[in-house]
Amino acid sequence: MKYVATFLVLFVSYIALAGINVQELLLGAIVSAILTVILAKHVNYTIDYRFPVKLLVFIFAYLPLFVWQLVLSNLAVARIVLSPRIKKHLNPGFVKISTDLKGDFAKLTLANSITLTPGTLSVDIDGNDIYIHTVYIKGETPEENRKNISAKFEKVLGVVFK
Amino acid sequence: MEIASYIFMTIGGLFYLLGGLGILRMPDTFNRIQAGTKATTLGAFTLLIGIGFNNPEWFPKLLLIIVFIAFANPIGSSALAKASYKSCDLPDNLVQDDLIDLFGGKEDGLN
Repeated sequence: MKYVATFLVLFVSYIALAGINVQELLLGAIVSAILTVILAKHVNYTIDYRFPVKLLVFIFAYLPLFVWQLVLSNLAVARIVLSPRIKKHLNPGFVKISTDLKGDFAKLTLANSITLTPGTLSVDIDGNDIYIHTVYIKGETPEENRKNISAKFEKVLGVVFK
Repeated sequence: MEIASYIFMTIGGLFYLLGGLGILRMPDTFNRIQAGTKATTLGAFTLLIGIGFNNPEWFPKLLLIIVFIAFANPIGSSALAKASYKSCDLPDNLVQDDLIDLFGGKEDGLN
């Protein structure tokens, strides 16, 4: 199953880059098969029969939220960068928040989402804790920080990665 | 279609400009990484979408590039942040530092 998943990812990427015709399909299949044999022992993801449903939830529930947060984040950065007195907007520090998500890929997605949301940058993951650098610390306690930073993503990602 | 494409490309260029300005104006390493990451990610997205409006047959490739950027950019910036936490002097404006639990103070770092 691991081999099938790796092969599909490689093959779809190849076809998306090369275009669809008989030669490219053949060559893509051969190249993907060789790469699958080489790479498969390094990957640990798998797909099952629920994968299409998860993918749909991911695309229609998670991506709009993500893109909206990305736009907000850029506007926030723009406001800070363009303000004449930049120090007033900064209250930086490293905070630790914990997550309920299981699985490496879910945590990776959460960490990447946190990086691309307003004023936060995930630095490291240790077990269930994500260490985050924030431009402006608002909350006093870990729970408040968690509510401010990651709660809205965890709700959606908890549905996608069960 | 062409006008929409140029509008998107201009917005992308503006975000890149903001990112560069942020890297210049922010006071310390970590805030600079923040400004750089976010602005260039959305800048690249809008730039690529603008190109896609101009050449609709390239859209699958551009989408794939967007997906790769969406994965690679945050990972790269967090690797940068971790490395600079370990190896450089910390800025003196930090309010809170929970990372000290993980790396156990500066003496375990690279320097």
